[in-house]
Amino acid sequence: MINYIIRRLLYVFPVLLGVNVLTFVLFFVVNSPDDMARMQLGDKHVTQAAIDNWKQQRGYDLPLLWNGTETGVQHISKTIFFEKSVGLFVFDFGLSDSGRDILADISQRMWPSLAIAIPSLIFGVLANITFALLLLFYRGSALEISGLFLCITLMSISGLFYIIIGQYFIGKLLVLTPISGYSPGLGAFKFILLPVFIGVVSGLGTGVRWYRTLFLEEAAKDYVKTAKAKGLSDLQVLFKHVLKNAMIPILTGIVVILPLLFMGSLITESFFGIPGLGSYTIDAINRQDFAIVRSMVFLGSFLYIIGLLMTDISYTLVDPRVRLE
Amino acid sequence: MLTLLWTDMAVFALVIGGMLAIWRISKKKHLREPWSEVFNRPMGAISFTVILAFLLIGLLDSTRLRYHDVLPNGEVNEHASLLSVLDIMLTPLRLQTEKTYSKPFAHTAYAKEMSTDAEGVTRWLYPRLTHGGAHLANPSVDKKSDIFVKTIQGLGYGFLAWAVLFLMIKFLSKRTEVFQSKALKYSLLTTLGIFCLVGVFATLGPYYHILGTDKVGEDVLYQTIKSIRTGLVIGALTTIVMLPIAITLGLMAGFFRGWVDDVIQYLYTTLSSIPGVLLIAATILMAQVYMANNPELFTTVEDRADMRLLLLCVILGMTSWTGLCRLLRAETLKIREMEYVVASRALGVERLTVLKRHVLPNVMHLVMITIVLDFSGLVLAEAVLSYINIGVDPSTYSWGNMINTSRLEMAREPIVWWPLTAAFVFMFTLVLAANLFADAVRDAFDPRSL
Repeated sequence: MINYIIRRLLYVFPVLLGVNVLTFVLFFVVNSPDDMARMQLGDKHVTQAAIDNWKQQRGYDLPLLWNGTETGVQHISKTIFFEKSVGLFVFDFGLSDSGRDILADISQRMWPSLAIAIPSLIFGVLANITFALLLLFYRGSALEISGLFLCITLMSISGLFYIIIGQYFIGKLLVLTPISGYSPGLGAFKFILLPVFIGVVSGLGTGVRWYRTLFLEEAAKDYVKTAKAKGLSDLQVLFKHVLKNAMIPILTGIVVILPLLFMGSLITESFFGIPGLGSYTIDAINRQDFAIVRSMVFLGSFLYIIGLLMTDISYTLVDPRVRLE
Repeated sequence: MLTLLWTDMAVFALVIGGMLAIWRISKKKHLREPWSEVFNRPMGAISFTVILAFLLIGLLDSTRLRYHDVLPNGEVNEHASLLSVLDIMLTPLRLQTEKTYSKPFAHTAYAKEMSTDAEGVTRWLYPRLTHGGAHLANPSVDKKSDIFVKTIQGLGYGFLAWAVLFLMIKFLSKRTEVFQSKALKYSLLTTLGIFCLVGVFATLGPYYHILGTDKVGEDVLYQTIKSIRTGLVIGALTTIVMLPIAITLGLMAGFFRGWVDDVIQYLYTTLSSIPGVLLIAATILMAQVYMANNPELFTTVEDRADMRLLLLCVILGMTSWTGLCRLLRAETLKIREMEYVVASRALGVERLTVLKRHVLPNVMHLVMITIVLDFSGLVLAEAVLSYINIGVDPSTYSWGNMINTSRLEMAREPIVWWPLTAAFVFMFTLVLAANLFADAVRDAFDPRSL
């Protein structure tokens, strides 16, 4: 088990290196630092001196991959790729193109993201499981068919509509919650109500169907038949057997997305004006701040791989039959 | 003169490929069986007919010509513009623009302004629209009855056109058994609905702005119809980019094992670990800088927008192959241990031949299910991406762009609700049809489905 985890952790490095190379190629090879400087400085008529100055401040004045003017190891280490990548691996993201400390920004902005993401996940899973169990309980009835049709309908509505319509009806017409905004501390409560509610509703269609398949798969197994043959009621079978066993895929499915909760949701955060990591990323995209986007890509990949690892470990915890080797 | 953009050519290649596939499927009984099961379900037949209608519009919108417009005042525009066949069919909608917002079926503008009324007095009033309801002398009295009469007319035309189609099929069905299926019944009923709708739009369209006009006075119905092509292109072309990669790599990883498997697994873990939106954002940003630095390569707005649409499909394809690849790898791992595969290997059949003849046909159901399942997701993704400005070009008609602009309109007082509603209804119809069709396909193809 420990061996397995160590091996998997070592595997993280080549993957992150690959991610890094890919983003590097995307950002620096297609467009030279000169192009980026020109874009950041805004004007088409910037002087070469201003560009050089901008590049030097941000460490973009080195060669991309191979430094011919240096000797020995410095051939490789005195390059943009090396300098920008090494920092990422120790989570030193450096300064953004507009001059702010990225790590400080991230550690400050992840809290609002979590404040939205965690309740959305918890209430979302609870709602999905409840409705999926209801559908299963009324299997074969008209209620199930209409419920399934409702699921497809909910699935077919773009997430953007949920937000726009929710903001309009709940925020603007009924004035139950603020339309958007955020305040730190306990004051955040009224601001996160609407995003969480909309998050839960918009995920309902896909979620209920997904959990229903899990339950159906479980309900088709022999032990369920045995339990029924022994004379247990449908309700008892559903809660004591089907739900309990279906918890394995449900739990591991949740574990894999847990680390990514830090990243926040791009759309929700920007619509509701929540100063989290999602809106941070969107702002960076719109301002074309490559340093931030690169850091967020790296962070996202790292969290994703940690999520995969945690899933494997959680399998062994909830299902004693699974052994990692 | 026919002038095709890159995505148009891709669309046509896709249509030809699709037809070839249909022809092949119809020849083989074991391939035909599950498909006829799909179409014999009411939901399968109905949703397919709706998708077909959308496809037809998309196809008309992909056939482009250099065309000299006949302007409303009767003159011929001497500058030929690049228009699709659909644009030409929708000429009244396209050219009858107003000054700014107007409600659906309105005959006056949405906001008051200083203008001269019928008696020649300048007053602060809702001015009459240039085109919407302009044929009526006394709109406040006649409008309702006029709309009613035209709707009935439209329904009549729609029904007539449908009746012609129906009789043709009746005539054909005496000879060919294909036309005697249950599928046809549902399909024809749906077609009746679509024809009537088109009839009503066609009779009312030249006289009213059925879905209102937007900020610059453009007809919203025109915009939302034009957006159909964008949605379809994103949904379909992306799949075409993704399929070859996913199939080749998935089969190779599962079949050859060893280092090939390791490399491919490493590839898809790396790619799927990058947050998709960020990868797309990065690529689109780069493309923007590239286009800004090389303006000579993209001379017209259409070229540039088209290139961006194509690029978006390619990137979406590059990011979305990992899921199918993983599925195919797992399935191939199972199939390669099957007795018939082992037997053919023992008989000395080439490995590539085994892959092609024995493995590929047995994973095709997974491919089929993924294609139809991904389609609706991609149409929805377009809206989200366009919202954060990393989707299609702002000059391209798309539901994402419509929703993006309507965000501000919803905050206006009084609220401008129709562009959002129009985008919603059309997008919802397409995605719902695609989802229902995907369900029917999955039920028919997936041996595990319940």
